[in-house]
Amino acid sequence: MKFITIDKNTWTNGIDKSRERYQLFGPVNDENGCQIKKLDPDVQPDMEYYESVMSAKSVLFPQTEKILTASLNEADEDHHIMKRAENDYSPRAVIGIRPYDAKAITLVKLNFDTQAFQEPYWCDAYESTVFVGLGITRPGPFDFSTSVGTGPFCEEGLDILLADLDDKYLAKILTPKGDAYAEACGFDATADENEAQALFDILRKEAEKNIASCVTTDKIKEKTILELHQADFWDDLAFSCINCGTCTYVCPTCWCFDIQDEARQKHANRFRNWDTCMSPLFTRHATGHNPRGTKVQRVRQRFMHKLKYFLDKYDQGIMCVGCGRCVKSCPVNIDIREVCNMMNAYEKQD
Amino acid sequence: MATCIEKVREIAADLLEKGEVKKVIGFAKGTIPMGTRPISIQSKQGVEKLVFNSTCGLNLANYASKEKEKIAIVAKGCDSRNLVTHIVENQIQRDQIYIIGVPCTGMVDKTRINALFEDEITAFSEDLDTLTVSSLLTTQTLKKQDYLKGNCLYCTHKNPVIYDVLAADLVEEQTLDTLFPDVDLIEGLEPDAKWNHFEALTKNCIRCYACRNACPLCYCPTCFVDESDPQWVGKGQDKTDVSTFHFLRAFHCAGRCTDCGACVEACPMGINVRDFTRKLNKDVLNLFGWEAGLDMKKRPPLDTYRPEDPNNFIK
Amino acid sequence: MENPYIPYPVRIDDIEIATEDKSLKTFKFVFLNKEDEEKFSYHAGQFAELSIPGVGEIPIGIASSPVEKGFVKFTVFRTGVVTAYLHNMKVGDIMGIRGPLGNWYPWETLENKNVVIIGGGFAFTTLRSSIVYMLDSGNRSKFKNIDVVYGARSPGMLLYREELYEWEKRSDINMHITVDGTDDPNWKYHKGFVPQIVEQNAPKADEDTYAIICGPPIMIKFTQPSLAKLGYKEHQIIMSLENRMKCGIGMCGRCNIGKELVCKDGPVFTLEQINQTPKEY
Repeated sequence: MKFITIDKNTWTNGIDKSRERYQLFGPVNDENGCQIKKLDPDVQPDMEYYESVMSAKSVLFPQTEKILTASLNEADEDHHIMKRAENDYSPRAVIGIRPYDAKAITLVKLNFDTQAFQEPYWCDAYESTVFVGLGITRPGPFDFSTSVGTGPFCEEGLDILLADLDDKYLAKILTPKGDAYAEACGFDATADENEAQALFDILRKEAEKNIASCVTTDKIKEKTILELHQADFWDDLAFSCINCGTCTYVCPTCWCFDIQDEARQKHANRFRNWDTCMSPLFTRHATGHNPRGTKVQRVRQRFMHKLKYFLDKYDQGIMCVGCGRCVKSCPVNIDIREVCNMMNAYEKQD
Repeated sequence: MATCIEKVREIAADLLEKGEVKKVIGFAKGTIPMGTRPISIQSKQGVEKLVFNSTCGLNLANYASKEKEKIAIVAKGCDSRNLVTHIVENQIQRDQIYIIGVPCTGMVDKTRINALFEDEITAFSEDLDTLTVSSLLTTQTLKKQDYLKGNCLYCTHKNPVIYDVLAADLVEEQTLDTLFPDVDLIEGLEPDAKWNHFEALTKNCIRCYACRNACPLCYCPTCFVDESDPQWVGKGQDKTDVSTFHFLRAFHCAGRCTDCGACVEACPMGINVRDFTRKLNKDVLNLFGWEAGLDMKKRPPLDTYRPEDPNNFIK
Repeated sequence: MENPYIPYPVRIDDIEIATEDKSLKTFKFVFLNKEDEEKFSYHAGQFAELSIPGVGEIPIGIASSPVEKGFVKFTVFRTGVVTAYLHNMKVGDIMGIRGPLGNWYPWETLENKNVVIIGGGFAFTTLRSSIVYMLDSGNRSKFKNIDVVYGARSPGMLLYREELYEWEKRSDINMHITVDGTDDPNWKYHKGFVPQIVEQNAPKADEDTYAIICGPPIMIKFTQPSLAKLGYKEHQIIMSLENRMKCGIGMCGRCNIGKELVCKDGPVFTLEQINQTPKEY
């Protein structure tokens, strides 16, 4: 495995040099906090950032993306025939993505890249994106990533993992894509493999020791869907929920979307927008029949999907990477950690 | 305000034991510092979960319009005004709610407090006017009055305007020299600056509708943004659609908004949604002399016609 | 891999008013490109997304049968934005079809079995596809007895009336056509709700008999006990479900019932599978 030392004095220039070949995304601050955004040519990623409110999923999966277009002008030969919209999937790099966000992308990939179908827009974006991760030396109080299959220095889903060593970064090159990116930056000061790996191991152990929050999930798999679905705690839990889309939109593993057509004069566009299972409209049939018409059904659906259906379907752990964003952002403080522990502990009363 | 929680619990326990109400809606302690969670208590034993402190910034009237049975509800000044609005608008009957009035000395602005720390807050406690806030790196002692929510700064209705019982003594209302200095500031901007202000305001909006769903006024079975036939607003991130949602929602709240700030508290992106609604509150006050939620017998001005209503726009 | 969102362009070749109240119309589509028709090769029981640029998409069961070549047919109920727009379109208009999507009735399992088909209202579309498939000269010998119970509110609300009456005359299929009620003195068939007619006329279950049932939730709810009385076990009852859909390819996450996605793991399920899912459909 290749390791590179990057003196922080050379960092800015290196990042700028990579702009010749890559569009850059990374954490930036504005009045509303820190977000992962496309970086303007003169903007550097904020490598001191603590956490972004929204996850990095919008790099591969923008909130609104045009997917098809058609001309409605009957004079055109191909009128009313829908074609793929032209979007830009030229090489891009996400700088400073957190390991839990990168792991989340590998989980989301299970949905968008299947044997039967491939979501072309997400997959094209995924292929052209390099993930340059930044290890978390100081996990926050709501980070419970280690109990859900990832962690502050987890490498899954990353092409490069950076460790911040005050005056320099130590980079672990994990994939050929990562190697190509490091080259585009001109970062080439290789470090001794054994020493570097040992340092990473120490940092990882230190960071993991500082994880203060956790959940238990070991018993969820052995319970049946129906017994969890019919548990008695959902009504009380759902009371405070206001059915907004906050938890689903800040969550790095939530992927549900809507398809909307918009017509403007003689042109039609079909868009893919984020959608939320919390919305009453999500499952409403055109006839008005709504299988999840009540709030408690929707709240239950969200947690059952994340903590049970996904677990059963893919056998890759729960659909949560422990970033804690939903816990912090939920307006009414519904806490997935509490729900997870409740589900894990639930015993059916006869 | 900290001492009133014992009284709230006492009243709640009494009501539930006597079977006078089916449930008591109040706030419960959250799982994160400064977190509180609206809760419905149905048995006497559960009242221990009730809390009331400076982090209870949401509006519980939001949970009252869907109730069919008799309930009790903890209401601070702004919440109680929204209950009046609910009664006027037939969302609930007066005899259906037993209002536990709580005079309020203001709620804290969690966004501003969070911004004081470079890392995450791990503990929050308060003692009258002093807030003690800690993170892993530092602890700060703050004066509550310096960190009030935007709407609490301009509040002239700290005491509940309607109640069945008071859980604490009434507090002194403040009088303000200017009622809407924030609106005046924006009104005074040049058109370009005004445009930029609103563009910056909505640029991070993710259409989660937390603001709408936390608002007690937004109880329409189908919100205008969800209508498809006809479709008034697109559902994507087009800037015009995002702005339309905010502006139009503010207009639907005109004359009804009590400036409770639940919208701002709920917003995950920290957008000051009140910049939209406050302007309309000011206009309604100036044009119709009206403040929402103060009189159970009067309908809001956009609901009623009086011959002396200002009609300059049709002259 | 092909882009699963791009519809095959089709032209509306024929529009028939399917019911007397005009709420349903049967559309016959012809593919603009011949090779798309091959790519669209489907099985009875599948559905497709009918796509109108600038308006939207709707998931509709395929009413034509794989043995009918050169066109595809869908019977659509007017109930919302897209269906209303579609109902106002004319022969010659261009639109799109995405598919075929979903799974299909388990034709391999049904070989050498008796098949009982039970349909109600306008859920009969994929059942028509199935019947035409089974009655086709190349397929009939694969199946044993075929019984069909199909009911609607009144004679004018039955779909594919002319075909129903033709099938009724055949000796290789037992038709039990019924209506909830009618004043027509010339009505030759049954009067009564589908569950009753099933109980009175459907064959008793044995290991070689399967029932395919497709209809409004309320009909299914009351027909299940009738089938249970006749001895049908859960794995012998095959159902086709509906749910709100958008992508149709198992990705947008909205059509799930428990961990099953109706557009990908369904829409065809056995009662045994459905009883293991939460009742959210």
